[in-house]
Amino acid sequence: MNQVNDRSRDIGPYVAAPDDDMIICRCEEITKGEIRRAVHDGMFTLTEIRRYLRTGMGLCQGQTCSKLVKGIVARELGVSPAELEPVTSRVPMRPLEMRIFAKEAKEGEQDEK
Amino acid sequence: METRIENHPILGVPEKGKLVKFFYNDQEIEGYEGEPIAAALKAAGLMVHRYTKKEHKPRGIFCAIGRCTDCVMVVDGKPNIRTCVTPLKEGMKVQTQYGVSEKPFEKQ
Amino acid sequence: MKRYDLIIVGAGPSGLSAAIEAAKRGLKVVVFDENEKPGGQLFKQIHKFFGSKEHKAKIRGFVIGQQLLEEADKAGVSVVLNATVIGLYQDKEVVVKIEEEVHHYKGDAIIIATGASENMVTFEGWTLPGVIGAGAAQTMMNLDGVKPGKKVLMLGSGNVGLVVSFQLLQCGCEVVALVDAAPKVGGYGVHAAKVARTGVPFYLSHTIVKAEGTECVTSVTIAEVDSKFQFIPGTEKHFDVDTICVAVGLSPMSQLLKMAGCKMENNPKRGGQVPICDEYGATSIPGIFVAGDVSGIEEASSAMIEGRMAGVTAAEYLGYMEETELTENLTELDKALDGLRQGMFAPKNRGQNITETEEGIPVSQNLLKHGFVADDEIERFPGVTHKAGIHPVMECTQNIPCNPCQDACPKHCIKIGEKITSLPAVDESATCIGCGMCVASCSGQAIFLVDETYEAGFASITLPYEFLPLPVKGTKGKALGRNGAAVCEAEVIDVRTAPAFDKTNLLTIKVPTAYATAARFFKA
Repeated sequence: MNQVNDRSRDIGPYVAAPDDDMIICRCEEITKGEIRRAVHDGMFTLTEIRRYLRTGMGLCQGQTCSKLVKGIVARELGVSPAELEPVTSRVPMRPLEMRIFAKEAKEGEQDEK
Repeated sequence: METRIENHPILGVPEKGKLVKFFYNDQEIEGYEGEPIAAALKAAGLMVHRYTKKEHKPRGIFCAIGRCTDCVMVVDGKPNIRTCVTPLKEGMKVQTQYGVSEKPFEKQ
Repeated sequence: MKRYDLIIVGAGPSGLSAAIEAAKRGLKVVVFDENEKPGGQLFKQIHKFFGSKEHKAKIRGFVIGQQLLEEADKAGVSVVLNATVIGLYQDKEVVVKIEEEVHHYKGDAIIIATGASENMVTFEGWTLPGVIGAGAAQTMMNLDGVKPGKKVLMLGSGNVGLVVSFQLLQCGCEVVALVDAAPKVGGYGVHAAKVARTGVPFYLSHTIVKAEGTECVTSVTIAEVDSKFQFIPGTEKHFDVDTICVAVGLSPMSQLLKMAGCKMENNPKRGGQVPICDEYGATSIPGIFVAGDVSGIEEASSAMIEGRMAGVTAAEYLGYMEETELTENLTELDKALDGLRQGMFAPKNRGQNITETEEGIPVSQNLLKHGFVADDEIERFPGVTHKAGIHPVMECTQNIPCNPCQDACPKHCIKIGEKITSLPAVDESATCIGCGMCVASCSGQAIFLVDETYEAGFASITLPYEFLPLPVKGTKGKALGRNGAAVCEAEVIDVRTAPAFDKTNLLTIKVPTAYATAARFFKA
C-alpha cells in the first residue's frame, strides 16, 4: 500500500473555502467543495472519488475535469498530483448509446471502407 | 450575419454548402447545409444550447470538437446530440435541452 | 475478426505520417479517426510553420495538411473517418464504433496517435456560454468561417494563446487583452510581438477573477497575482467582452494506452500522463507504438517526424524492412527531430530561466513582460543594423529553430549559419535589392525592410501585413510602434502581393526619418 492510500493518515479537518461552490465537473455538476469534503469522508483515490461523486462519469467522460479533480484531491491530501494513481481506463472510451454498444458488426461486413 | 467571416486574409471566402432553413425551438432560421449545427447557431448569435440538470445553468459551445459535450441539444427529438460535430440539414429541428429534455423544467 | 498489419488510431499529423511510412514499405495499414475529416488540428493552423526546409518551414499548417493527405493517398493508406476507437486491448485488439455498430479489429502492430486535449482553469463563471477553449475558437474561425466573438479576452500566452490571438485579429475580432498568470510570456517572442504591435495589451502575472453575465458572458474581471498566484486586492481590471478564450496548455490523450496495459508515468515535462516509451515510440508492450502529442506535448512539426519514426519502426518490427535500412531511416529522422528540439523553447529547456541568447546577448525582458521588444533593447540584436539605402531589419531576438529567411534572400544578405537556432545576422558585404522575400518568408513576421534615406526627411518601412481590408497606395494613417501605440503619421506608398509571398502582403509606409526604428505597423 502506498502512502497515499493510508487511511490512518491524519489529513486534518475539512475547512470551508470561499470557492467551494465552483463547478469542477461540468457534466455532473460537482463542486470543488463536494470533492474536498469527499476526501475528508475518506475517499483518497481518484477511483473512489469518481464512484462516490460521479466526477468524470458524465457525458464527456472526464475530458475536461480529470486533471482538475486530480489537483484538488492531491492538494487536500498534501501530496503531488503525480503520486495519485489515475482512474481506470475502460471501454467505451467515448460516450456511446447503449443500443450501439450492444450491436456487434457481423464478420465480413463493412470491413473495407 | 456579421458574425460570418465574409473574406479571410489567408483562407479567402469560406466555402459553404447550400443556404437552408432549420428550426431553433419554434423559430425558423438559416444556416449552411453541412456546417456544424453549433456554427449556424453561433452565426445567428444564439449562445445558449442547454440548461443543466441540477443547477439549471446555461451552457453553450466550449470545445467545439465533440469532446466536452457541453453544446448538446435536442435534435429532431433526440437529446444529447453534440451540435458542434453534427452537420446541419435542411428542416432540422434543434431545441434547447433542459436537463435531458426539450421541455422546460417547469413543464417536466 | 478482420486483421491488419498495422492499425493507427488518429489521422492527425503524426498518425498520417506513420501511415505513409508504413504503407510505403508494403504494410497493410488502416487509420481510424473519430472526426468527420482527417488532418487533426493541422487544418486549423493558418500560420507559416517554423523550422527549416525539411520541416516544411514557411508553409502554412493547413497546406501541410493537404500535402500529407495527398501523400497518404498516394501511398495507399486507408483512412476510416467517423470511426471512434472505444477500446484497445493488450493483445492488440481494437474496438471501433463505425456508424451504428461496434467492430473488432486485430493489428499485428498498433500506433496510437490520439494527440492531446485542452487543459482548463476554473474561475467564477467559467461554465457560462462565451467561455471557450482556444481550439474551439480556431475551429469556428478557421474551419466554419464564423467569428468566435466580437470582443475577446485571451487567457494564456503560450504559442497557442499567441497564435490564436493573432488569428482572431485576422478574422476581424477585437482582442481586448492577452492575460497570463505566469510572470513571463510563454510562447515565441515573435508570435507575441506580432500581436502586441497591433495594439493588444498584455497582462502578465494576471488572471481571471470572474466571468460576468447571466445567460452568457458580457464582461470579465482580471487581477494581478503575486508569486504564489494569489490575487492582489485593488489590482482588478474590467473588460466588456462577449468571449473569453482559454489557452492554458494541453494534456496527452493517453487513456487507450493505459487501457491496453502499457506502463505509464506522470511526466510534467511531457504534459502529464504518458506511456513510458523509447525515443522511437515503442511502449512497454511489444508492437504497440506511440507518436505525436500523446507521448509528450510538442509542435505539429515534431509530431510528423515522430510519426515517421513510429511508422518505420513498426515496419521493421513486422519484418517489412531490414534492420540496416531502419537504422539509416532513423538516423535521418533523428537529425530532423533534433533540429527542432533546439533553442530556448526546446523540451529540455522547459521551466528554465534563460537570460541570454546563445550569442551571449541579454534576452529582452520587455518582450517577456509585455510582448514586445522595447526601443532601447532592439539595437543589441544582430539582425538590427543601420545603413544607407534599403536593408532588412530582423527583429528576431530568441533562439528558435527556424531559418527560412536565410534561403529566401536571393542576394544572401541574411546569414544564420549551420546552427538553425542562431539569430539571423546581416551580411554587410551583400546588397539588398528590396525584393521583400525575407519579409514574406519569416514565419514570425519579424523582418522589415527599412530605408532610412528614402527621401529627404522620410524613411520607408516595408512590413508584413495579413489583414483585411488591405490598404491601398496613398492611404494615410498612423504608424504604430512595437507596443501598438501610434508613433507618427504614415502614408502607404506601396502594396505588394505575389504568389511567392503566400498571402503575406508587403505594405510599404513612409514615415518621418526619426521614426524609422520605431514604426512597425500601420493602421489606416
